[in-house]
Order: sequence, then structure tokens, then C-alpha cells
Amino acid sequence: MKKRYGRWLLTGLLAVSLLLTGCHGRRAPEDFCMPENFDPDVGTYNLVFWAKNDTNKDQTAVYDKAIRDFEALYPNIHIQMRLYTDYGRIYDDVITNLQTGTTPNICISYPDHIATYMTGTGAIVPMTELAADPEYGLGGAALRFDAPTLDEIDPSFLEECRIKGELIALPYMRSTECCYVNRDLVEALGYTLPDILTWDFVWEVSEAAAATRGADGIFSLNKQQVLLPFIYKSTDNMLIQYLRQAGAPYSTSEGEVLLFNEQTRDFLSEIAIHTASGAFSTFKISGYPGNFLNAGQCIFAVDSTAGAAWMGHQAPHVDISPDRIVPFTLGVRPIPQLDPDHPVMISQGPSLCLFDKPDPQEVLASWLFLQFLLTDDIQIGYAQTEGYVPVTTRARSNPVYTDYLDSAGEDLTLHYQTKLDATDLLLAHTQDTFVTPVFNGSASVRNAAGTLIENTAKSVRRGAVIDDAYWSKLFSEVQSLYRLDSLSGVTLSDAAGTDTPLPAVSAGLLITLGLIWLCILIFFLREKLLPHNKT
Amino acid sequence: MKKFTAIIAAGLMFTLTACGGAGGGSADAAKKSEGVMTYAEYDAAAVDAPVVIETYVQAKQSWWENQATLYTQDPDGAYFIYNAVCPKDLYDKLTPGTKIKVTGYKTEWSGEFEVAEGASIEIEEGKYTAKALEATDLLGTDDLIKHQNQLVSFKGLTVADKGDGKAFLYNWDGSGEPGSDLYFDVTVGSGTYTLTVESYLCDKDSEVYKAVEGLQVGDTIDAEGFLYWYEGPNPHITKVTKR
Repeated sequence: MKKRYGRWLLTGLLAVSLLLTGCHGRRAPEDFCMPENFDPDVGTYNLVFWAKNDTNKDQTAVYDKAIRDFEALYPNIHIQMRLYTDYGRIYDDVITNLQTGTTPNICISYPDHIATYMTGTGAIVPMTELAADPEYGLGGAALRFDAPTLDEIDPSFLEECRIKGELIALPYMRSTECCYVNRDLVEALGYTLPDILTWDFVWEVSEAAAATRGADGIFSLNKQQVLLPFIYKSTDNMLIQYLRQAGAPYSTSEGEVLLFNEQTRDFLSEIAIHTASGAFSTFKISGYPGNFLNAGQCIFAVDSTAGAAWMGHQAPHVDISPDRIVPFTLGVRPIPQLDPDHPVMISQGPSLCLFDKPDPQEVLASWLFLQFLLTDDIQIGYAQTEGYVPVTTRARSNPVYTDYLDSAGEDLTLHYQTKLDATDLLLAHTQDTFVTPVFNGSASVRNAAGTLIENTAKSVRRGAVIDDAYWSKLFSEVQSLYRLDSLSGVTLSDAAGTDTPLPAVSAGLLITLGLIWLCILIFFLREKLLPHNKT
Repeated sequence: MKKFTAIIAAGLMFTLTACGGAGGGSADAAKKSEGVMTYAEYDAAAVDAPVVIETYVQAKQSWWENQATLYTQDPDGAYFIYNAVCPKDLYDKLTPGTKIKVTGYKTEWSGEFEVAEGASIEIEEGKYTAKALEATDLLGTDDLIKHQNQLVSFKGLTVADKGDGKAFLYNWDGSGEPGSDLYFDVTVGSGTYTLTVESYLCDKDSEVYKAVEGLQVGDTIDAEGFLYWYEGPNPHITKVTKR
């Protein structure tokens, strides 16, 4: 069973990130210095690794094996893993532990979140210098394992992990979103499923499906009381990808927030129309798209390729009781597009970051384990657990991996067809992926994008009047909720170490300290210079 | 960390109570103020309809950034309050039995009927603590859902093998670790049912969490908890007694 983490944890993200913006001094990335000598057999290193899994025991098994194999190579380095099932929870815990200097050594996170970590004390270690080290860098000569070189990491995935040219993280796995389609229901409505979906097609079919609801409340299309033709899991991605496809602005790498624009309003207006007719809903409003899809209650379910093992009536992971599952023909397609000749989709997935510690040797030991997670066995092993893609070209060209891809459909577990279809989709469209600019506060902009869609859908369902006044109020409320106005001036340069104005509280404190020292000086001079009246 | 610890500590006081037992009721607890729905009216309200209810806190699941998730009940039925707007000082005042007025919208998420995110809460005069409804005979029947979110008890359950001879798993498939939700299967009659110790409601230091970690396949137990729903019955267990 999946848990509703995502529904409540995201709400806390922004406030915490903004608080930190004002509360913490910066730790310049230059703080970490590569130690001149390192002997992993001298001394003992107890490292903490915060890992993310998709509530999937196969993934925890890959981590466990990675730790065992690494510790066999480096007997003096011990890895203690803490498992998370939600990126938001990791983010929250990192933020709180930054304040007490109790961060882990290695952590899986989103680049958006890592940009915020960089504003805290005990912040993360940039990796450009580490990666280039001839001994212990990527593919270095002193490593006891066969690590990939920097050139063997997919450059587009690597680019997501750079801030102003500096590597702040390394990609661990990559996925994208795709549309899982009940092909039988599409065809029952008289349509043919295209290779590339357009928004117009998805809306049209969804409307046709919603219109099959009879007076008795039963949909003639699926003969059930429930039919939500189009469900989107991550509505932040929905808006972000639509804007990208439309060539409309979202944000800049300098932290300028641009998503409150005309194209956003037009898209939200369309969503309002299709929500009102019952053609569209979201994960936050109704539940996991895959559950509805597997119950024959959804036609277009958009979710991560890393959720593929939950999709389909024969899926390895299912969250509904067997009696509710309705067999159907499943199609895997890219997310809906505006221009099917030039598909565009987001790149997402976990990255690995390294936290600074007083002992550079400990950081270097952590760096070794981080690199170990990029070796073929782990990359291939983890990618096989879901619709993930390895981030290294060497893992992708490894015969074990190519054999895996060639064995699609041979069984309903490791080679589950839908999972491999989702993987193939990303491999075929890697050049069509994009990422949004990463800066301190970019996670808030992302949350705002999702909230615009969620609130629109909720308002429609609750009978609100959707007019110009509604949009103005919605935009204003969401900007205020995520304090997006205050993001101006809080950009990556903060995290990257350039000068920025001090927060007002800090400035006040410094002025007070200055005044105290001035008073002490005056008192001292007065004592020295004025004649003393000894009694 | 301090902030997180404070949240946990504040929640723990209540959680410990929630993970213990239930008390008594009040004759007036079912009476509603003017403009407030009865449970029957709430139950009949459509999804997405505005609702105004008076109910009594039975347990608190979580608080984060001014949002509280609560298990509440009156003598006629139960209401799950999801992510209501709730400043910390208000949350601290929500002890077991506290009467609250909740204004918001009804919604359904994966089969769970609840007061939707963003509802407002006011504390009112009054006290009521629900007694657990004996629901063993309702397991596997269509009548069970009528008691959704209520405090219920199940008697004479036999702990079943969750796989590889284990009596419970951390997370649904064993992918978790101590501190994760606990899942365990029980049999009664011819049916097998999955029970959950929700780690936000009863964390790894709670009595019930430790009790479930100590279970063996074949043990006979009584269990008590809130009849939460996720794509079917998914009781959040707060008390386990080994026979």
C-alpha cells in the first residue's frame, strides 16, 4: 500500500525553505579542500546515507547489496542507511538537521532541494574538484571499483546538477512522466490511439467518456458508477510541461518567477472546463491514477515512468483488491503534447549530494561510496526495479542491461512489459527532456504551479464562479501562499557564494554589536583620559 | 531538528493517549448547535459539498505548518479531518474528547470520506470520548463501511504469516525499517485482513508499535483502532492485546 506522504508534506516545504533563506549564513562551497593524502585503511569511518525508495523492497535490496559490496572493498568504511519513501520527508529532515550540524554524509534528493541545502551551515560539498581528482575522482586510479568517468554520465542529466558551472550533485536515476492508457476504452469510444497524444485528443476522448454517464449514474463506457477519464498525478509537472510546450515562461535561473501569465490562465481555464464535466481529476483530489486505471475507471493516467510497475491489471504491484481489477489493454505514451512532431517532457529523478564535515577524510570516504552507487551493478539493479533509466552510458551499454531491455514481456515481474515500455520511452526521448531552473526557492515555484491546478479543480468541483476575478484572486493567493514575491533577489548566486544583502535581523544585530563596542570604547577612553577622583 | 522534535513531542503526548484506550460518553454529545449538520446529514452530503460539523477529537495523527489531521467522532458517527488549518497553540489544546466545530468541504480520497484539506477548526465547550465498537462480525461484510473512521475493536484474531514466517512487515512489502508503518495480517473465521500501525499516529516508541513488533505468527490477539479506509478497510490500530 502506498502512503499519502506527498499530500501533506509538500505544504511544509516552502515555508521551511524561506525561513532558512533568512536565518542562516552561507557556507561557501570552497570550504571543502581535497586532502593531500587519503588511506581508506587507516582509521574508521561511520557514514550515514539517507536513501529514497518508492516503497519497493527490490530497491531496498539493491541498496543493501551496494552497502555490503562497498564495505567488502573498504572494510574501514561503514555505511548506515536510513530509508525514506518521500523526497519531501528527506528535504524536511535535511533542513532541520542543517541547523544542528547533523546532516547525513550522503543523501538522495532533488536538485531543487539541494539548491536550498546550500544556504545552510554545514552545507553540501561541490563535486567538480572531487570528480576531476586523478586518484579518487570519477574513474580515478586509486579506486577499488570500476567507477564511471565524468564523460560516461549522460550530459543532459549531469547538467541538471550544475549551478553556475559547479557540480552540486550527481544524478542517480532518471525518469520522466508518461501517460498510461486504457486502449480498450479509447477504442470503445470510436477513437484510435495515436503514438503521440495531443492535449486536444486527450480532452476530446475524456469528454466523450464523461458524457457516457447515464441518468442512473452508471457510465455506459465502463458500466461502473465511477469513471475519471483523465487523472494527473503531479500537477506541478502538468503545468510546467504545458508551459514549456507552449513556449511560455515559467521561471529564470536568476529566480525570476514568470508562471503567472496569460498562457497559464488559458490552460487553467481549459482545466476548469474539463473538471466541471467530470473529464479531469488529480491524485490529490481523487487518489492514485494507477488504482483507477487498474479498476477500469480511468482512460489516461499520467504518472512517472518510475510508477510503471503499478500500472496494468497484471502489474507486479497493485493497491486495490483483486476483485476490483478489470483486465484491459494498456498503452504507454509520452505525456500529451501541443506539437506531436516535437514532443517535450520533463526529466526527473533522484540525485546524490554530499554534505560537508569537519574531517575532509570523512568527506572523501563518503565520496567513494557516492561514486560506488554509479557503478554498473547498482545502476542496472536499481533501474530494473521500476521504469528508471541508468544515468551512465556504460551501464546502458552493459550486456546485462541490453539483455534486460530485449527481454520485455518475458515475465510479469522483472521483465514486466509496461515497466520496460516506460523505460524505452525515456530512452527514446532523452533528447526531448528538459529541466526547470534550479535556485533557492525553485521548489516553491514548483509547488505554486501544482497549487494553481489543484485549486482550480477544487474550486470548480465546489461550484465556484470561474471568471476574471477568480483568476486574479487565485494568482494573488498562490503568490502570497508561497511568498513568491520575496524570492526576487534570492537566487542561486546566494548559494553559490556571491555577495548578497544581509537579512534585516542580521543587519540589526551587527549594528547593535557595533554600538556596544562603540560604548565600550567611549567608556575606556573616558576612563583613560578624564582625571580620576580617587577617594 | 529542534522544531521537528517539538512537533513530535507535542504530538507524542496525545499519541500516547490515543494509543491507549477509550473512555466514556456524554448524553448531550450528539446535540448540534444551530446551523450545524447532524452526522446523518454529513453522511448524506455529496462529495465537494460544504459541511459544518461539531465533533470530538479522539486522536491526533499529525501537525505540520499549521495543518492538523485528526480522528474525530460523535455518538452517531466519525469524521476524519485531513490537514485542517490549525495553528500550533490550537493544536496543543486539542486533547482527547475536545469538542470542535469544523467548517469545510466533504471529500473522498481513495474511498476515504473526510473533511477536505483547508477546513477551519474552533474549540467549543463539551467533552466526549468514544467507546470502541465491537466490529469483529462486520469484517468482510458490506456493513463495515458504515462505521468508517470510528473507533472499533476486533476480538480473537489470529496473527497470520506475512511472508517468510514474519508476523509483520515494515511498510506494506517489507521495504521499510523500524519507524515505518507496520503491516500485519490476521485471520478470523475464513477471512484474512490487513491491519496497520500508522507511524504518524503511533510511532515506534508507542506501546502498540512495540506490541506488534513482538507478535508471533499464530498469536491470538484483540485489536482496537480507527476504521480508516484506503481502497478498502485499512484500520489504523492503536491498541493490541495478546491473549
